[in-house]
Amino acid sequence: MREIGSKTSIMTGNEAVAEGVRLSKVGFISAYPITPQTTIVEKLAEMVANREISARYVEVESEHSAMAAVFASEIAGVRSYTATSSQGLLYMHEMLHWVAGQRLPIVMSVVNRAIGPPWNIWSDQSDSMNQKDTGWIQVYSESNQEAMDTLIMGYRIAEDSGVMLPFMSMEDAFILSHTSEQVVIPDQELVDEFLPEFHLDFKVDSDRPMGYGSYSTPDGPFMELKKDMMESMWQSANTIKKVTGEFSEIFGRDYGGLIEEYMTDGAEYLLVASGTVASTAKYVAGKMRADGRKVGIIRIRYFRPFPAEDIVRATKDAAHIGVIDRSVSFGSGGTMFNEIKAALYGRSDIPVTGFVAGIGGRDVKEDDIEGMIDMMAAGKEGTVFINTRGDQ
Amino acid sequence: MPTSIPEQELMEPGHTACQGCGATLAMRYVLKALGKKTVVSVPASCWAVIPGAMPNRTLDIPMVYTPFAATGASISGLREALDIRGDSDYNVVGFAGDGGTADIGLQSLSGAMERGHNVFYIMYDNEGYMNTGVQRSGSTPYGAETTTTPVGLDRNFKKQQKKVVADIMMAQGVPYVATATIAYPEDLIRKVQNAKKTNGPKFIQILAPCPTGWYYPPEKTIEVSRMAVQSRMFPLYEYSMGTFRLTRPSKPVSVKEYVQSQKRFSHMDEDEISILQEEVDRRWEGLLEKETH
Repeated sequence: MREIGSKTSIMTGNEAVAEGVRLSKVGFISAYPITPQTTIVEKLAEMVANREISARYVEVESEHSAMAAVFASEIAGVRSYTATSSQGLLYMHEMLHWVAGQRLPIVMSVVNRAIGPPWNIWSDQSDSMNQKDTGWIQVYSESNQEAMDTLIMGYRIAEDSGVMLPFMSMEDAFILSHTSEQVVIPDQELVDEFLPEFHLDFKVDSDRPMGYGSYSTPDGPFMELKKDMMESMWQSANTIKKVTGEFSEIFGRDYGGLIEEYMTDGAEYLLVASGTVASTAKYVAGKMRADGRKVGIIRIRYFRPFPAEDIVRATKDAAHIGVIDRSVSFGSGGTMFNEIKAALYGRSDIPVTGFVAGIGGRDVKEDDIEGMIDMMAAGKEGTVFINTRGDQ
Repeated sequence: MPTSIPEQELMEPGHTACQGCGATLAMRYVLKALGKKTVVSVPASCWAVIPGAMPNRTLDIPMVYTPFAATGASISGLREALDIRGDSDYNVVGFAGDGGTADIGLQSLSGAMERGHNVFYIMYDNEGYMNTGVQRSGSTPYGAETTTTPVGLDRNFKKQQKKVVADIMMAQGVPYVATATIAYPEDLIRKVQNAKKTNGPKFIQILAPCPTGWYYPPEKTIEVSRMAVQSRMFPLYEYSMGTFRLTRPSKPVSVKEYVQSQKRFSHMDEDEISILQEEVDRRWEGLLEKETH
């Protein structure tokens, strides 16, 4: 490993994300304020005001307009960025499809926050899980460092000619966004070496006039374009692994691939989680291992593309799988739980239990996770809500 | 007789609009006024369909299609990005219908105008959701029958007066605001060219009669457009740098004559026509006052 040019600082997740945007040399930023995203865009506005970043910042009047503005700036060939949370992300939903369908590699940060009513500003993943079918790559971080690094990797992955899909990078509300920890900020030269300038070969150009998004009949290329998006999404799994590897070589921080495996060797009970809940789960696994219980953790980093092959491989020797979801599809089950069961179908007989936990920011504590392992050991299946009032 | 209309054609044959479409002429004249270094953003509207299915284009300029509510924000993003690129000589144009402007797009329009981007917002006003089959919009005039204001036993024609977005834009303080219509192409083109002299947001509302939705014969489009001005149903004005100029019709006609030219008003009785005439007079007086101030 080469000597790394960097400095270390104590900063919140949102400050780290803003640093990632600066280092990615974004040219256009547009955003609308919503708690807990606000400190990202405030920081960026400050950077623009102090000429720490050579970008234009446009303060729009809604999230729908924020995404429409970055859609338009990106189609004109300028690297663009926005950030939001919760209701704001839902308000963008239409534009999310539009950006992905137009194959624009925009990177957006989502600070995961619950959806009302009742109003709730705390963390869960309902907002981004509701966007899983929009054609955006989705990744969940568990530390401020990872949030910053993922942002930088995001532009590399999204802008790869074999991918050309937008990139949604998540961090948990408050637990990451407003909590300070140590973050290593790489030198600009290192990032420049890793992330080349953005060139969009179909950018708006009056010498080469094109129609961007004119209609297609059922017999037109519509269905083929959607199939192509699907193929690019699958292909992005390889790009993610390649880019994550290159990042590790240059910056010395290795995030593995689409999933992270922790103490999975010889594990009887495998708990799948994402975001900061996975950190707590890893801590509990370590403790339980010390007590002789064979517990391992799989942390899902990338939810889109869904890491089905990695999950099948990583769980094949387990006795029981548990999935912690911070979102739920009413009348069905936890979002990740359903997808993991679908991935295992026909390839594994291992029982799977769904744990819906941490909704609306409710704490997921060590005890809760130990309780999950106990339920798995007792053969409990189906979907269980964790730590709700009235539970035994 | 020589005209001031530029000869350059940026609209090619083969579009799929209805016969006698006013919106098609509106686009053709706007592009003649602005020239080739122009990018147009179009939301859901007739103009999202007129160029034809991909890969057809019809227009010899880049055209960015956006969702319904996104016109104002998309021209904001295009303008800033082109400036960042060093392409400040591009004209950035939002070209949206009245539903996309007066209703679902009003927030996005207002935001873009308030921020002061150097953009054109052209509202082509055919007074209803014509692409989806003639539904009522905020810009539909009092008295009109549409598919969502049907005249049945309860005579549910549109009971509210037209929401005039150009007036709202003046009230908001947009530096250049004008109204125009296709029966007066030299006036329309002159206004677009005048607008270009303003470095900032400019809003032009172009009345674009629609034979399909107003129920008149397609060869009458220019006549109907002219009568809208002569009857003061659609007054032509220009508001630039705080100066307001109202065009007096050369051969005034009554509102009654205007509504009789279109089947969408054919159910109206004398009292209802009077209500519309009174509103037209009231608005005209208001515009005259604006001129003297």
